Amino acid sequence: MKRHQYQADSLIEVLHSAQQLFGYLEDGLLLYIAHSLHVPPSRVYGVATFYHFFSLKPQGKHSCVICLGTACYVKGATQLVDAISQTYGIKAGQTSEDGQVSLLTARCVGACGIAPAVVYDGTVSGHGTSENVIEKLKGWREDGAA
Amino acid sequence: MELPELHQIAEKERASQKPIRLRICVAAGCQSSGSLAVKKKLEDTVKEAGLSDKVQVVGVGCLKMCSQGPLVQADPTQTLYAKVDETQAAGLVGAVNGGHCHCATVDPNDPFLAHQFSIVLENSGLIDPERIESYIAAEGYEGLYHVLREKTPTEIVETVIKSGLRGRGGAGYPTGLKWALVAKMQSPRKFVVCNADEGDPGAFMDRSVLESDPHRILEGMAIAGYAIGATQGYIYVRGEYPLAIKRLQGAIRQAKRLGMLGGHIFESPFDFNIDLRIGAGAFVCGEETALMASIEGRRGQPRPRPPFPAESGLWGQPTLINNVETFANIPTLIRKGADWFSAIGTEKSKGTKVFALAGKITNTGLIEVPMGTTLRRIVEEMGGGVENGGTVKAVQTGGPSGGCIPADKLDTPVDYESLAAIGSIMGSGGMIVMDQSTNMVDVARFFMEFCMDESCGKCAPCRAGTVQMYRLLSKIREGRGTQQDIDMLNGLCDLLRNTSLCGLGQTAPNPTLSTLRYFRHEYEQLLTDSTVNGQLPKHPANTT
Amino acid sequence: MAVKTLTIDDQLISAREEQTVLEAAREAGISIPTLCELHGLGDIGACRLCLVEVTGIAKLQPACTTRVAEGMVVVTNSQRLQNYRRMIVELLFAERNHICAVCVANGHCELQDLGLAVGMDHVRYEYLSPQCQVDLSHERFGVDHNRCVLCMRCVRACDEIEGAHTWDVMGRGTASRVITDLKQPWGESQSCTSCGKCVLACPTGAIFRRGSTVSEMERDRWQLDFIVTAREKKQWII
Repeated sequence: MKRHQYQADSLIEVLHSAQQLFGYLEDGLLLYIAHSLHVPPSRVYGVATFYHFFSLKPQGKHSCVICLGTACYVKGATQLVDAISQTYGIKAGQTSEDGQVSLLTARCVGACGIAPAVVYDGTVSGHGTSENVIEKLKGWREDGAA
Repeated sequence: MELPELHQIAEKERASQKPIRLRICVAAGCQSSGSLAVKKKLEDTVKEAGLSDKVQVVGVGCLKMCSQGPLVQADPTQTLYAKVDETQAAGLVGAVNGGHCHCATVDPNDPFLAHQFSIVLENSGLIDPERIESYIAAEGYEGLYHVLREKTPTEIVETVIKSGLRGRGGAGYPTGLKWALVAKMQSPRKFVVCNADEGDPGAFMDRSVLESDPHRILEGMAIAGYAIGATQGYIYVRGEYPLAIKRLQGAIRQAKRLGMLGGHIFESPFDFNIDLRIGAGAFVCGEETALMASIEGRRGQPRPRPPFPAESGLWGQPTLINNVETFANIPTLIRKGADWFSAIGTEKSKGTKVFALAGKITNTGLIEVPMGTTLRRIVEEMGGGVENGGTVKAVQTGGPSGGCIPADKLDTPVDYESLAAIGSIMGSGGMIVMDQSTNMVDVARFFMEFCMDESCGKCAPCRAGTVQMYRLLSKIREGRGTQQDIDMLNGLCDLLRNTSLCGLGQTAPNPTLSTLRYFRHEYEQLLTDSTVNGQLPKHPANTT
Repeated sequence: MAVKTLTIDDQLISAREEQTVLEAAREAGISIPTLCELHGLGDIGACRLCLVEVTGIAKLQPACTTRVAEGMVVVTNSQRLQNYRRMIVELLFAERNHICAVCVANGHCELQDLGLAVGMDHVRYEYLSPQCQVDLSHERFGVDHNRCVLCMRCVRACDEIEGAHTWDVMGRGTASRVITDLKQPWGESQSCTSCGKCVLACPTGAIFRRGSTVSEMERDRWQLDFIVTAREKKQWII
């Protein structure tokens, strides 16, 4: 926050940094940000819930983001989501019970050339299929259990 | 810095290049196909073979044929190797050194490459996006030098007006007129904003430009700043593009170090700084008033215009907002002149347009073509038609704000007016090809779901209307709809188009309207009260 | 003070140049339906009910944010506008759970009045019937999200007039909700001064005085106007 000179208009940058540091934005943190930037708490909350990037709940250890942009959609990305949902019983936006995997969807990650695209822990991977997605998640869960 | 110094940097850069260069794409597309590992392997191989003073491996921006990645192009032969993996590294290094390898190559006469005309992408795949020297060696920042030292702001605005360049964000407002509007405002503080919130699903042109040639945007913005009298610029870039953000941050740092940004640029009285603002996942922020709200740290909700940003934009000051591709045209346009630029394209749409080809098409990737090129040439010749020998059913342009163009309209030339006339829009440049297996009601529902999720919630028609339209489309898709539902859907399309506060709501009906217009039978086949066996029911348009 | 002459619904009207079309029309006795607009609050042009046709401009313009101009020709009540207004009101009714018969604001509700004004006899759209909460944690006031139309009057009244900015909006699209502080129960809000300006501003029964029963909730909206004029012009007009 110091870097942003406690400017009220840096609220979104500050929320980005806070989420990077803490993984998610809990109420205490939001209140602290509001006080430090001298903006109303309700505005901080309003901004944090307006943008998809910000999460108010803790995320799983790993994240699997399925791109649902047009190109990926046309190439069957929804089947990937269904496959994961069925295998692990989690819907998009949820985290598996063991806290290992969060399943998320995105509105186009801009990797349409290699659709359907899947982002594993921030690394984009192309040509996703139900099989290779499940395989990858299985690996994560085994690592977590070990 | 004086011109000779700039030339010195360029000379030194060129002199440092080895006779044989392997340019490997390290933009996001190829990176996700593993190009970084291939690059490492190539570098190791060159070192081990003792060829370091002869062969050089360079990371470059997008080589365009994304579906064939990782791509490597060799100089001076220009051979383009496709789908290179680590095991082929040794063979490839041998091949450029006089040997042979079994790597797949792309025919340089392939229509995908042969029909391209590069302005925006002229450096893409040629220069190292992480080194400013590489951009300077490609005549980068020379335009800015001449502008600051030899031209008046008015001359620059006139050049841009004369060139006929129109906004590449989709709507096609003449760029020069926009600049002139902001230039004539009397205000001590003005801003230049680059809209890099490329939110259309299926579009990755801007991302590629930012990742492949970031300095081009900085130079374009600095020229704009000088022309309109602004000293501060912002680039609002999507949070989904970490690599583009990293390269922009690096580029800004380097430009400041060499004095292309900051105070007294090129020893002129002109000061200009650029800061990045990172989006946080909201499509509506592509709308200019919402984007400004977001830069100011607020919820990205649009407000009524007027006042336009040119009069009252960021923090109430006159603000120029252009899209990435618009700014990317500027350095070349200034260097080569308005007459050169306006000779390209059609009467009303000048220059080129970059498209991101994707979907059920053989060659996915980036293309840049002169305005007026037909969709057929783009899809069938350059794109190689539908993958696995299928046939085209429709081409979607303009994302959630655009329309689906049926196969029998493929001879339409790509320009702002022609695309609008057939119910789509130029949009920012996403082009998704759909084959016969695609259900068009599904497509309409997909985009409506997108608009419903992305509606900011401020104005009533868009907030409450998109959700109703989504429900109606779902009902029809699931075979529970009636003719009355289609009428209601049409009514809502009309309402949103005419009463919504911003572009998102006003254009949200486009995919539905265009599919209703060209693929109405697909809707009617799904109705409970449709006539039997998928026969076309009679409706007013079919009877005389 | 410059004066502009314009035509609204075939009526020749003189207006001060800083006036909006809505203000000019009202002074001339022409009524245009509104919802998010409230005198004394900043205009946001969000409900789209006051859209009018202006000759020479292809797009419909919100009367609340459009300034008058010399020679302007405005139509406020064409068949097309009437259709749109009715659809928007229907969409609002379908969006939450508006049950007039059990509402504290029954008979004194702007949404209800709008329904009558636009001739809405039934709602053609599917009721979304969302799950909405009722917050009765504040000792004097309550908020029932079933009745909220997201006009943001409470947000603006609290921010612009009271200055506390207790209210804001969270989420987006149809999932948006008005919130107090960090979406806490209203009664636990530290910034709320319990001034009741949001209660005065709310057009429906969403924000109400506790203890009111069906149809009891009348609001003294003139009080907002009174405060704004007093603050800005140092004139205390009742």
